[in-house]
Amino acid sequence: MSLPRRSHLRALEAEAVHVLREVAAQFERPVLLFSGGKDSIVMVELARRAFAPGPIPFPLLHVDTGHNFPETLAFRDWLVDQTGAMLHVASVDDAIRRGLVQDEAGPEASRNSLQTAVLLDALAGLRADAALGGGRRDEEKARAKERIFSHRDRAGQWDPRNQRPELWNLYNGRIAPGEHVRVFPLSNWTELDVWRYIRAERIAVPTLYLAHARETVDRRGTLLAVTEHLTLLPGETPARRRVRFRTVGDVTCTGAVESTAETLDAVVAEVAGAVQTERGGRHDDRRSETAMEDRKRAGYF
Amino acid sequence: MPTAPAPPGVFVPPPASGRTDALGAADLLRFTTAGSVDDGKSTLLGRLLVETRSVLADQLAAVTEASRRRGHARPDLALLTDGLRAEREQGITIDVAYRAFATPRRAFLVADTPGHVQYTRNMVTGASTADLAVVLVDARRGVQTQSRRHAFIASLLGIRHLVFAVNKMDLVDYAEVAFTAVADEAAAFAARLGVPDVAVIPVSALHGDNVAGRSNAMPWYGGATLLHHLEHVAVGDRNPVDFRFPVQLALRPDAGFRGLAGTVASGAIRPGERVAVLPSGRRTRVRAVYASGREVAEARAGDAVVIALADEVDAARGDLLVRDLNRPFVGSDVEAMVCWMDDRPLAVGRRYLFRQTTRETPARVASVLYRVDVDTLHRAPAAALGLNDIGRVRVETASPVYFDAYRDNAATGAFILVDADTNATVAAGMVRGGAAMVGEADASAQEVIAPEAPEVPVSPDVVRDAPGVTRAEREARQGHRGGALWLTGPPGAGKSAVARETERRLFARGATVVVLDGDDLRH
Ligand SMILES: Nc1nc2c(ncn2[C@@H]2O[C@H](COP(=O)(O)OP(=O)(O)O)[C@@H](O)[C@H]2O)c(=O)[nH]1
Repeated sequence: MSLPRRSHLRALEAEAVHVLREVAAQFERPVLLFSGGKDSIVMVELARRAFAPGPIPFPLLHVDTGHNFPETLAFRDWLVDQTGAMLHVASVDDAIRRGLVQDEAGPEASRNSLQTAVLLDALAGLRADAALGGGRRDEEKARAKERIFSHRDRAGQWDPRNQRPELWNLYNGRIAPGEHVRVFPLSNWTELDVWRYIRAERIAVPTLYLAHARETVDRRGTLLAVTEHLTLLPGETPARRRVRFRTVGDVTCTGAVESTAETLDAVVAEVAGAVQTERGGRHDDRRSETAMEDRKRAGYF
Repeated sequence: MPTAPAPPGVFVPPPASGRTDALGAADLLRFTTAGSVDDGKSTLLGRLLVETRSVLADQLAAVTEASRRRGHARPDLALLTDGLRAEREQGITIDVAYRAFATPRRAFLVADTPGHVQYTRNMVTGASTADLAVVLVDARRGVQTQSRRHAFIASLLGIRHLVFAVNKMDLVDYAEVAFTAVADEAAAFAARLGVPDVAVIPVSALHGDNVAGRSNAMPWYGGATLLHHLEHVAVGDRNPVDFRFPVQLALRPDAGFRGLAGTVASGAIRPGERVAVLPSGRRTRVRAVYASGREVAEARAGDAVVIALADEVDAARGDLLVRDLNRPFVGSDVEAMVCWMDDRPLAVGRRYLFRQTTRETPARVASVLYRVDVDTLHRAPAAALGLNDIGRVRVETASPVYFDAYRDNAATGAFILVDADTNATVAAGMVRGGAAMVGEADASAQEVIAPEAPEVPVSPDVVRDAPGVTRAEREARQGHRGGALWLTGPPGAGKSAVARETERRLFARGATVVVLDGDDLRH
């Protein structure tokens, strides 16, 4: 004899809301890392639900690589306006000017490694003791064993061999001064779960996620958007294609997929039938088989 | 809220066109897997992922490529579920990894825990959030120590559904006799543990027999495939009766609104019902229940909600909302089974932080009653517990805690100990009861039969007999599954009436049914 069970998306939602509330209760200065991507958008929506009718009790932090899609910035500002959330922006361009980091050179330069330093610098500046991220365990093998409350040492590093056991829903957020905890409320969601939730709850997203016409170049199988930040390699010719993005990051390394999905239903159908992982379109992950793990050790999100 | 049109770049979805099934029909099953090294656990998981089409082309391509580099002819599915580089070098899994896959019927979250000896702590961690455990057994070797250990830990953590996957059936020529021998051994062991629902399934992870699709090689097996079983096993709320709501935080956005945010730990609550706030004991009624900011008619176990009370009653994080007439135990002296998870052994008398529900209080372990030898399930005298030890202890908390016995209510019977110096989580604990309630445990070398066994010390003369006619046999004869329904409530609440009506209806449907009414039994 059992009661009707709740749908799995409601179960994931409840888990995430519980985690967000634990963060608000256990930490003094949490921040929510907002990338403008769908995962962080869902996280903001969950935070709104967790604390309604009150405001979201922590600020959003956007690490601005300076290589944004204009849609991402428009969306960010609109969302901040809608939710009344407070926004901090940590700018990579600024950090370069300050001499904190140096831009990689060359046409295939990536600002991923710079992002890490800028993020850690911003967290220190805000004296953040917890940083909420939209990371999911299905994204990459290395993430599968990451905890929901993931402890980082003073240098912001993750030690995969020395993680705290995480039992029941009892999250241990105790840290020493200068340390912080990365918290991943969406750990147990898959890409498809995120899209199904966005569809069911009618959550707004940047138009980048829906099919649209755009100038792109095909770089070794990855479709890159042609923007002022992209240096064309010899022999590359831009073409107009109908595409959408599965992840939204740095314009110089986020790959688009050809798509006709103009509605959320169509996106869900496409993701459900997808044959490639979403990170498959991210240039930076392919540098080595353990690329993600190396970045995580260094404090990348 | 009246909103201006969204700016360019922002897609605001139009309202849903009347569909109510937007969240989908699937529910969520959390399970854990374990087995001895090389029993084929990673291969089985990889197989489940592939057969539910949860592995995408680029992942499979990467695995195929890595397999080729190692000289394997076909993709080694174990590589799909094998994470960190250090493990790749050692070729074994070292920690708990979580993985998701789904069918139209159900979404699954798997906590994959390692099989080698020293990682009891990971199994405990994985089992703590699981509804079901899949224990791998090698058909050629039978139920090894490691499988017993995992089944024991699953039962200790209150898991009610156990599946023994008897793997590598291809290596025993898919022979029924080989399976039956292992199956009997597994079922007998599970019966000793008192796990109520046990399934034993013959599979070949490597070839896919009985994993998702039925095996042609084993026509003698009439049961469900592993995936079918996982999709259909009925797991309900662990405790739908005792309403417990640990307050996570009080929301006070403005003078007009006060609400208590939290996740319902067990039971259910509706607006208008009477509740009490612990520890103050103040009584009031529930004015409204909100989920995601909207009023709802009911909240039940697992729902993350906000509860607004009818009166201005002080309540804060760590407080517990309960029904007035259904309260948990209160005390600062509890007995518990703990699994020690830290390199530094448990030190009797040392100060730890006791975290249970949303409450935290300093505590010390007053004494270690015994250690459980997880291989023999016997009690061993012990003065302390080291990494991966499981034992029974008495804990004294600095301030009173509100708890239920773990076997009745995992959500209020579970706790962790945190080392106040290192901040490490050093132990997982399951309350058996208040120290005064359960009495001194006998530390002599007797078997710790079921962790669910009665709290009163059991005389060594009272042993659990191996079942004669098994549950499966009975169910086969009756043509329906067996089950006991326990109705509880205050006198005069209508238990007997509900029971009689239920009996009548089940009887009318051809079920074999009987009511055991306390009144009749006392005649
Ligand atoms: N013949 C046969 N070999 C299997 C089967 N399942 C796994 N194996 C092999 O057993 C070895 C250990 O498997 P693995 O999944 O790594 O075991 P784990 O240590 O339990 O994760 C590997 O060589 C597998 O290919 C099976 O059903 N039949």
